Amino acid sequence: MQADYQLIIVGGGPAGLSAGLYAARGRVKALLIEKGAPGGQVLLTDWVDNYPGFAEGISGFELIDKMTAHVDRFGLEKKFAAVSKLDLRGPVKTVFLENGEQVTCLSIILCTGARPRTLGVEGEKELTGQGVSYCATCDGPFYKGQEIAVVGGGNTAIQEALHLTKFADKVTVIHRRDELRATKIVQEKAFANDRIDFLWNAQVKKIEGNGNGVNNVKVAFNDGSTTDLAVTGIFILIGVAPNNEILPLDQLQVDDAGFILSNTEMETSIPGVYAAGDIRSKNFRQIVNAAGEGANAELSAEQFLAGRKHGTGQH
Amino acid sequence: MANDKVLHVTDDEFDNKVVGNSLPCLVDFWAPWCGPCKAIGPVIEELAEEFDGKVQIAKMNVDDNPATPGKFGIRAIPTLILFKDGEVVDKITGAVGKAQLNELINKAL
Repeated sequence: MQADYQLIIVGGGPAGLSAGLYAARGRVKALLIEKGAPGGQVLLTDWVDNYPGFAEGISGFELIDKMTAHVDRFGLEKKFAAVSKLDLRGPVKTVFLENGEQVTCLSIILCTGARPRTLGVEGEKELTGQGVSYCATCDGPFYKGQEIAVVGGGNTAIQEALHLTKFADKVTVIHRRDELRATKIVQEKAFANDRIDFLWNAQVKKIEGNGNGVNNVKVAFNDGSTTDLAVTGIFILIGVAPNNEILPLDQLQVDDAGFILSNTEMETSIPGVYAAGDIRSKNFRQIVNAAGEGANAELSAEQFLAGRKHGTGQH
Repeated sequence: MANDKVLHVTDDEFDNKVVGNSLPCLVDFWAPWCGPCKAIGPVIEELAEEFDGKVQIAKMNVDDNPATPGKFGIRAIPTLILFKDGEVVDKITGAVGKAQLNELINKAL
């Protein structure tokens, strides 16, 4: 069988970089394809305090720099290009790039990741970039001395609410339940921070603006009452949606939300095709998970390439 | 890979080099602390090569140059604004793909 590469890794976040590290060390003829610079959603993260080995914590930025330097040390081949579609049928898989190029491979690891989910309320789309934000690290410094809102109750929401208190005078967390999902130590910090307020059992109904951007958020409580929140910014941190636009959903099995179904060895429904990181259907999306899954997927691919095991396609 | 086709502009130079430019001008407003800005960096450099002589691709560091981003109401980065004859043609916020940036630039051609 003729193919350009034994293995192609699509996506250069922690899952893809970890897979790439194992591939380079395994002397697999591998290519990692990334549309921008490596990093994925870690680049949206201000500070990482839960990646083992970094006892003092590390910025999302620096962690990715280190992961990239690590694959470079072992000579992983990388290509910076956007993938437009994939053909995963048959023993030789084809990756189509937006620039018209095609690259073929015998096995492939899909690490396309996820992106912040949108609320889907009136005003959200129109005011994105003018007060509506999905990246506290990027946009926090624009809100010095102002009052802002954060939507969500998970780790990302609460961690970033804490980060935003470095800039904003007041951060109101809007959460649809009466308790947070965030890790306890993060919750404790948030409850102890006098710049953070909470609106419990509350949902955003509408985001309003004037010519300068956001100036009001309409909030409805579960008991039917409503309130207005005069904020200049609203950070929406309510989980993720899959980056699956380039995936052949007629060939791959995905869950109801569009994340790829795979087994404990990261095998998807197609032999020789693996998934790792946030694009996988799973409960917990952590950087350390993504890295672990990348390693696992690559070792599964190596076994497949050696003919020792052909993907069963069973979950 | 530094690219000398990308013009780095300051607040002081903006009127002269962007508004007064005879070519359409795409300005990438960025900051060193912004991960997604870093992520689209390579794409911006490619565009500067590909549109060389037709569109001026420029970058402005919003940390060092607060006046211009303030004037255009920028509250999120990366924001990319396309100018033609000194007027705003269109803009995009967020780390979008190259195809979308191509589409944006073509609005000025």
